[in-house]
Amino acid sequence: MGVGIEVTNLNAWYGTNHTLQDINLPIPANHATALIGPSGCGKSTFVRCLNRMHETNPIARVTGTVLIGGLDIYQDAKPVEIRRRVGMVFQRPNPFPTMSIYDNVAAGLKLNGYSNRRALDEIVERSLKNSALWDEVKDDLKKKSGASLSGGQQQRLCIARALAVDPEVLLMDEPASALDPVSTAKIEDLIFQLKSQYTIVIVTHNMQQAARVAEKTGFFLNGRMVEFDSTHKIFTNPSDKRTEDYITGRFG
Amino acid sequence: MVAQAEDSAIRKYLLARGNSAVADRGFHWLMVLSALSIFGIVVLIASEMLVRSQLAWSKFGFNFFFKAFIDPYSKLPMYWDPVNGHFSALPFLYGTLVSSFLALLLAVPLAIGVAVFLTEMCPGALRAPLAFITELLAAIPSVIYGLWAVFILVPLLRERLNPFFIKTLGWTGFFGDDNPTGLGFVAAGIILAIMILPIISSLTREVMTAVPISQREAVLALGATRWEMIRMGVLRNARIGIVGAIILGLGRALGETMAVTMVIGNSPEIHRSLLANGSSMASVIANEFAEASGDLHLSALMEIGLALFAVTIVVNAFARLLVWAVTRGAPRQVH
Repeated sequence: MGVGIEVTNLNAWYGTNHTLQDINLPIPANHATALIGPSGCGKSTFVRCLNRMHETNPIARVTGTVLIGGLDIYQDAKPVEIRRRVGMVFQRPNPFPTMSIYDNVAAGLKLNGYSNRRALDEIVERSLKNSALWDEVKDDLKKKSGASLSGGQQQRLCIARALAVDPEVLLMDEPASALDPVSTAKIEDLIFQLKSQYTIVIVTHNMQQAARVAEKTGFFLNGRMVEFDSTHKIFTNPSDKRTEDYITGRFG
Repeated sequence: MVAQAEDSAIRKYLLARGNSAVADRGFHWLMVLSALSIFGIVVLIASEMLVRSQLAWSKFGFNFFFKAFIDPYSKLPMYWDPVNGHFSALPFLYGTLVSSFLALLLAVPLAIGVAVFLTEMCPGALRAPLAFITELLAAIPSVIYGLWAVFILVPLLRERLNPFFIKTLGWTGFFGDDNPTGLGFVAAGIILAIMILPIISSLTREVMTAVPISQREAVLALGATRWEMIRMGVLRNARIGIVGAIILGLGRALGETMAVTMVIGNSPEIHRSLLANGSSMASVIANEFAEASGDLHLSALMEIGLALFAVTIVVNAFARLLVWAVTRGAPRQVH
């Protein structure tokens, strides 16, 4: 089961570049929340602050509070602990090319010393089924490398890898932007199914995608969050002029 | 009108240029010649050594590499006896392989450690100077390494390290108490390790830097610690290149002559003890070629040269096989 996220006064910098300014945002549990906005508006930086990935860059800095399931991730936890609970899928599929499909999915568990073979087999199968990849790869789980799959399959493999550690939150940073329409549709179906079990935050610059998969949508512009509301409201009757301009295609 | 006049002048000029077909063909053949000269040089070296080693080859045959002359009185093997005309390359093969592998054993973990520190942990201000100094190590002439070894390393081994090895590890038989000089395989191995360290570490650093950030982030996002990220996200992806770096280091160690000649002890014997004096293929050629006592002696040295040539090729082939074994099934493409 997923947990809710409460973001208060979040600020982030890259060097002297103030990329996120005073973000306040409640993200509901077991729903999909979409973040939209033009390139460079800070939406990717925002999700990277939710698993403390932002600070892996030496010039990056963060202030503010992020509560995930009530836990203050910047005060009361180490990045390693957070990232075990908050899975992430990146823009470009990044499976481990030197590992088999099986080992790719099991990587997170093996990393944490989980070595019960039978349980691993089960988790790998369940994760691949959850990411709708099982039928395509079940015959060469240990024979083929993670990089031998097509781009769309690789991305679903990365989703399976994130699901295998049973995270409470799944962050997706433009997960379909590097994929063809068929693969994109599969990923969207997947998000639709997964959101009953996980809290999903998906960054996208494809507004139709946000409309299709998410209950809640936030609109980012120039490092600020302009509007956050139900997806239906954002796309039919936004309260802010800038949101309206963006969704009607006047800029961005 | 003016513009047209200019146009036509340019056209005239270009039309008058011809098609340079002759020069182009000439260039083509010049390049082909350059490329072929590599093969030419290799063939020339190999054939010259083959011809010049004919005498030793016809006298000893394959036994040159496997068998020693047994002294009828002492019953001890005589590997290399120019006075009585007994020649066997066995101790030199042994010396080269032992000193080189000793060097790899010491240098590889250190070099990978240096590379990991420089790419993953080093504060930015320290990175460039440290990398620069590591690479500078490769520019020092080997005779300087040899001198340093003779005056610093060998006395240190003689007075401190060797007695310690003998006391703690003497029971293995690899550290015998029968060479009071401090010279020997260990000295050669250590100096070789220092010499091949920069080549291995700078190449390892390069392949580690080439591993994309997305791979590191993939591991970090699964809740990995820094060390786990380096192991799974970096070293694992860079391992093919690291094997390549080690091969290059081994290549340098096998052929290194000067520094080894100065510290290996130069006795044509085979001892189980790593503290014993020995001799390598390169060192015996360097030591004896100028004052070889006869045609057979010269020919035997030539054959050792040929064997060194072959050993390097075999080692490289073996390493390629290794690369093939680790990369089998893994695709080349890395995101």
